[in-house]
Amino acid sequence: MAEHRVIGKSVLRQDAVDKVTGAARFVDDIQFGPTLLHVKILRSPHPHARIISVDTAAAEKVPGVKAIVTGRDCRQHVGLYLADRTVYATDRVRFVGEPVAGVAADTVLAASEAVSLIKVEYEPLPGVFDPVSGALGKEVLVHDAPAASDLWWQGLSCITTKTPGTILHEHLGEYTCAPFIHPVPGTNISNHFKLRKGDIAQGFAAADVIVENVFTLPHIQHSQIEPHVAVANVDRSGKVTVWASSQSPNAVRKLIATAFELPMSKIRVITPYVGGGFGGKAGLTCEALVVPLALRLPGYHVKLALTREEVFQGTFVRQGLVARLKTGADKNGRLVAMEAELFWDGGAYTEYGVNITRSGGYCSSGPYEIPNIKTDSYCVYTNHPVGGPMRGFGMPEIHWGIEQQMDILAEKLGRDPLAFRRQNALREGSLAAFGGPMRGATLVDTIDAVAAKSGWGGPKPPASAPHKVRGRGIACMYKAPSMPANAQSSAILKINEDGTVHVLTTAMEIGQGSLTALGQIAAEELGVSADMVTVNLPDTDYTPYEWQTVASRISYSAGNAVLAAARDAKAQLLAVAAQVLDIPAADLVIEDGQIFARANPARKLAVSDVAMGYLLPEGAIGGPVIGRGSFIPAGITGLDKETGQGDCPAPFWTYGTQVADIELDTGTGEITVHKVTAAYEVGKVINPAMCKGQVQGGIVQGLGSALYEHLVLSEGQFRNSDFVDYKIPTATDTPEMDIILLETSPQADGPFGAKGIAEPTMVPTAPAIANAVYDATGVRILDLPLSAEKVLAALKQKQTREG
Amino acid sequence: MKTVTMLVNGRPEKLTLEPHRTLLDVLREDLGLTGAKRGCEAGECGACTVILNGRPVNSCLVLAVELDGAEVLTIEGLGGPASLDPLQQSFVDNFALQCGYCTPGMILMGKALLARNPHPSEDEVKEYISGNLCRCTGYENIVKAIMAVAAGGERIG
Repeated sequence: MAEHRVIGKSVLRQDAVDKVTGAARFVDDIQFGPTLLHVKILRSPHPHARIISVDTAAAEKVPGVKAIVTGRDCRQHVGLYLADRTVYATDRVRFVGEPVAGVAADTVLAASEAVSLIKVEYEPLPGVFDPVSGALGKEVLVHDAPAASDLWWQGLSCITTKTPGTILHEHLGEYTCAPFIHPVPGTNISNHFKLRKGDIAQGFAAADVIVENVFTLPHIQHSQIEPHVAVANVDRSGKVTVWASSQSPNAVRKLIATAFELPMSKIRVITPYVGGGFGGKAGLTCEALVVPLALRLPGYHVKLALTREEVFQGTFVRQGLVARLKTGADKNGRLVAMEAELFWDGGAYTEYGVNITRSGGYCSSGPYEIPNIKTDSYCVYTNHPVGGPMRGFGMPEIHWGIEQQMDILAEKLGRDPLAFRRQNALREGSLAAFGGPMRGATLVDTIDAVAAKSGWGGPKPPASAPHKVRGRGIACMYKAPSMPANAQSSAILKINEDGTVHVLTTAMEIGQGSLTALGQIAAEELGVSADMVTVNLPDTDYTPYEWQTVASRISYSAGNAVLAAARDAKAQLLAVAAQVLDIPAADLVIEDGQIFARANPARKLAVSDVAMGYLLPEGAIGGPVIGRGSFIPAGITGLDKETGQGDCPAPFWTYGTQVADIELDTGTGEITVHKVTAAYEVGKVINPAMCKGQVQGGIVQGLGSALYEHLVLSEGQFRNSDFVDYKIPTATDTPEMDIILLETSPQADGPFGAKGIAEPTMVPTAPAIANAVYDATGVRILDLPLSAEKVLAALKQKQTREG
Repeated sequence: MKTVTMLVNGRPEKLTLEPHRTLLDVLREDLGLTGAKRGCEAGECGACTVILNGRPVNSCLVLAVELDGAEVLTIEGLGGPASLDPLQQSFVDNFALQCGYCTPGMILMGKALLARNPHPSEDEVKEYISGNLCRCTGYENIVKAIMAVAAGGERIG
């Protein structure tokens, strides 16, 4: 393999100095001066209600109030995959925290006072508070005599809907939606993804062991440390400029254009540094709320900075899930059949969430080859906060169940859980759940790497006290970027007079290090050092199109666009240099910013000599070099509506395995995660230090979701919306992390072979910890989180059972 | 309204303030020092940490009118691009940041710890910064960056 000069090196982050000195500007840091107005939002106190009237008369009289908008001012439905929501509620509210009105005023205090004076008359409606009742309410719960096996959900603590049959979106059938999303009008099911592979009845008939369990996950919140901020300005020409803490500048522009019926050329979205995304700043979150106010107040800068409570309640949350999994294996340890019913708690609007249901569906086998599969994955409307993308996009959720099923089956078969997984792992050419052959399936490599490093099968360290026990658990994962088949990236690369380089993309730096990684790709291809390249932050008027910074796809997709732009620019540089040096371009190389022929390195030109063209005695040649690159993944196919079968729904899968070593206090139920050993196969590591940083961050986020993160909802009302009551990991919770990055299967169409890594990092952590809890105590917990209270109760129950 | 004078990053600032405004408000809005971040405005996340009279505080919990005669150090006063403090440099070298939103507060917390205890143990570092939330890094590199400066100090000493 060719030796790389920049790729594979831990080049220091492009943004590091800005971020350690306070120079890095986030949206809230931009100073707008005397034209700044502050926005406060009136939000629904009801999980489900009809709006009878909205009276803003008293609010308008508050000194300093400049404008008030309500649902009357923007009735257009918008959404990324399913246009099911309006910017402000029109005649109904469907979750606590839904925007009903917005006020722009001179001060935050005036805006807040005005909000408190808006009178809204509501007629409360019965609500849907769990996805199973929500989905089956009409057909089954009021069914005359359902078969006992149809009532598996009864008794689950999360089944809390009191009035089955309530429909949230009567007009579901009329909403615009993506062709691969399948709503069921007349129900609360906004997407039903069906998968039928092989023959499920024959599969289970061939099984010697069958295990069936119901796994549940609560809603959790991304908890980026930067709350969402959006500012809008409409100038005298009617041009709309939005500054947003967003992962998706182009999607924001498109959805605002749709919502307010404006041409995209009249909307400019500027996204400076973003203080953490994790999916919670993807698509459209709060950006559109300020636009109708700005449209009424030309010249002003209209700013909405969400409070922490609003972030918890009014932005995306990770969807809850109730998953019934039935898995069968034969006595030789081969998986033979799996049946999955996945009920996703999509919340009040599922414009983005519908696609999580699809991904969870076509990946429902987990990273294993299973010949017979029947999956029904339902996205269900509930009167809960809006479910949206969060790191892993369905994969942490489905692996929570799948990876415990693997351990349960292995135990019943008398097999080692690691060996059992290894036997059933997807391999090169294995037929995936969606029927197509897998390429670059490297799960086994990650299992073997973790087996070697984690001490798997060896003795566990002794417990630190007599009332404590140690446990070790394993979990595997796979994940593909979930995106439309034609999700695009593009890049422009400019070479300056001095040979320094600017790369323009609309890929968003959300902490993952995209500026640095994309810069490394450009530098490597151009033959200049990394510090010569600056990658700019997005501004949709000037940076070229990027679908979104989601799905762990930026190194791959935007990376490919940057690589193409660098190749284009390089060809232009070499064409000019070839004429100047009178050496064929094919014989020239660029290294450290110098252009020369290998055979005669003494005759050379600097990149800066030809970046603007070159003046020869007979006249000038070339011109300012601008590289152009576009990328769209090739060969991504759809999936059949009835069977979910197809050839290749995604460009690559990233595989990984984690082993968790825990200690559990049998007196309190408290779990301490001492060590996590993790291996990921990423095709090619662009920047080892940053790649490892992704794994570290993902493990700790996974640990939080495993041990304590739970957005507690009681009939749609929030019970915790701050960091006192919703705990995220602190420095004292960080385990020892042993991280192995493998490059065994470079991605054929990835830049230098790279795949994605950001999301896969948190997927296996929670089930690995749950399997370690079982190893330590014999207690199996099927519902997240593994809170001390829950673990202790389960331990006591086990003691009682066993007398 | 009340007029107070405080020394911010070594510069005297005379400010006439409404009584409800916090130190964070004043730093960000009146002095343009936006390195201290708003994360929760309730003292729960640590993103607004600055050094007040030698001690780290959540600037969102301090009323600015009480600060007549106080000394405040923000990230902008610690070191600029050409004169990075060793701890700032260590955060750069150890990849101890991702999105960067918690970083100014985290660095100032680290400075406060090292001022009190130049040779902390790893557990002491973790405990001391446990009020500063970071959602990106998993903390490992942050702890490493602080420990590297502590160890460096030891070598020099």
